[in-house]
Amino acid sequence: MSSPALDLGAARQAARTRARVPRATGLQRLISPIVLLLLWQAASSSGLLPERLIAAPVKIAGTAVDLTADGTLPNAIGVSLQRVVEGFVIGAVAAVVLALAAGLSRVGENAIDPPMQMLRALPFYGLIPLFILWFGIGETPKVALVALGVAFPLYLNTYAGIRGVDGGLIEAGRTLRLGRTALIRHVILPGALPQTLVGLRQSLGVAWLALIVAEQVNADAGLGYMINDAREFMRTDVIVVGLVVYSALGLITDAVVRLIERRALAWRRAFQPA
Amino acid sequence: MATRLPTRVAPEHTARIRGLSRAFGDRTVLDRLDLDIERGEFVALLGRSGSGKSTLLRALAGLDRDTTGELAVDGTVAVAFQEPRLLPWKRVIDNVALGLPPGGRERARDALREVGLTARADAWPLTLSGGEAQRASLARALVREPGLLLLDEPFSALDALTRITMHRLVLDLWDHHARDTSVLLVTHDVDEALLLADRVLVLGEGRIAHESRIEAERPRRITDLTALRDRLLGELGVEEGTR
Repeated sequence: MSSPALDLGAARQAARTRARVPRATGLQRLISPIVLLLLWQAASSSGLLPERLIAAPVKIAGTAVDLTADGTLPNAIGVSLQRVVEGFVIGAVAAVVLALAAGLSRVGENAIDPPMQMLRALPFYGLIPLFILWFGIGETPKVALVALGVAFPLYLNTYAGIRGVDGGLIEAGRTLRLGRTALIRHVILPGALPQTLVGLRQSLGVAWLALIVAEQVNADAGLGYMINDAREFMRTDVIVVGLVVYSALGLITDAVVRLIERRALAWRRAFQPA
Repeated sequence: MATRLPTRVAPEHTARIRGLSRAFGDRTVLDRLDLDIERGEFVALLGRSGSGKSTLLRALAGLDRDTTGELAVDGTVAVAFQEPRLLPWKRVIDNVALGLPPGGRERARDALREVGLTARADAWPLTLSGGEAQRASLARALVREPGLLLLDEPFSALDALTRITMHRLVLDLWDHHARDTSVLLVTHDVDEALLLADRVLVLGEGRIAHESRIEAERPRRITDLTALRDRLLGELGVEEGTR
């Protein structure tokens, strides 16, 4: 059996090794994507992977630079971003207003929740033909599709969040003589916030998907148009640039929501279960 | 619904209950219950599980509107529940100040000092220990300067040592408030009732089935009160009288 001093040394050694592990794995995790990129580049350069199927990474990077320099890419991003923002704002406001009405009153619940629960089952991308008939092929059907996609996850989560607030806390609020408005402001809304933010993340994910689908249809500007136009000329490099930008925008919005979560739910982060 | 008429309470009383009944379905939990609580009195309410202790407390707290009979309370009612029920998204000080008129934070700070929690005023509730959270909950109740303080088994989830500290704290606070505040402590712990209360009630069959006054000076020792203890245990249906 080893002495306590030796044990301590071994433990310290183990701690040091453990501390080094994450960084090492971090670097290790970069190896395989880089190897894949290199293989892709090699396959393209050797002619094994023809450009009409997919362009070489180096070519794609060059195209990204060119498209940025001549303003095509910033312009397309601007148009697409505007559609997402408009659709998101409309959908989010509608969702939150409906969820509040349904969550805070019995009448509202009976009036709003049944149709919302029925409509959520609707595959809303299937509404595109109707939207084209109703709104034409301009900006409106695209914004409308994003708004619709945003509204449902946000509504469902906000409503569930309001209904899920701990009844004990509401009772405590009532014994503190909080009026209805104060109860909503201090107890119900903060209590529903964690679930609402889950809904926000889901709905932002859906927003980008809805935009991509909507932009496949008769777009004359934006990222989707850029991609479709590139297909006509078999510019696989431009298509990939468009896809990369879509994912980057999705990741950025997700990071923003995470940031909001971290700040708004600081009270929960303070709790560290043993 | 029970009528709440503050003017009907006699000046020497904080609360007056006449013929209070409450049924859940066809199960009658409170059956024409009568009770007066004197101004500044410390009352402990004992009863077996399901005897209606909490139902009575909820009626007094105004949380149950489905009672029949007459119920009147003079002054503010404040409650400390079994679980502290602090809002986790508000810091301790803001929990205590919640619902107070503007300028309530200073009073909240005073209340936290009274319960010895000044250092944790800006902490998030989820970081508090069980005893600290219960003290914050007490501060939140006391800051309202209640005429009637309802305690719903607030110490039952605490460890034995913390519970002793909390017993002392409650008695100190009650003394400090010049005994203007009446306390109704709902508990299933006979010893707790004996150590703290002026009057011990046992709830049974939906009414006050038994009541004892305890004149002994505080702080009390449970060994001095064994006769009454056995009697109360008997009332609660626990046969321990032969010790």
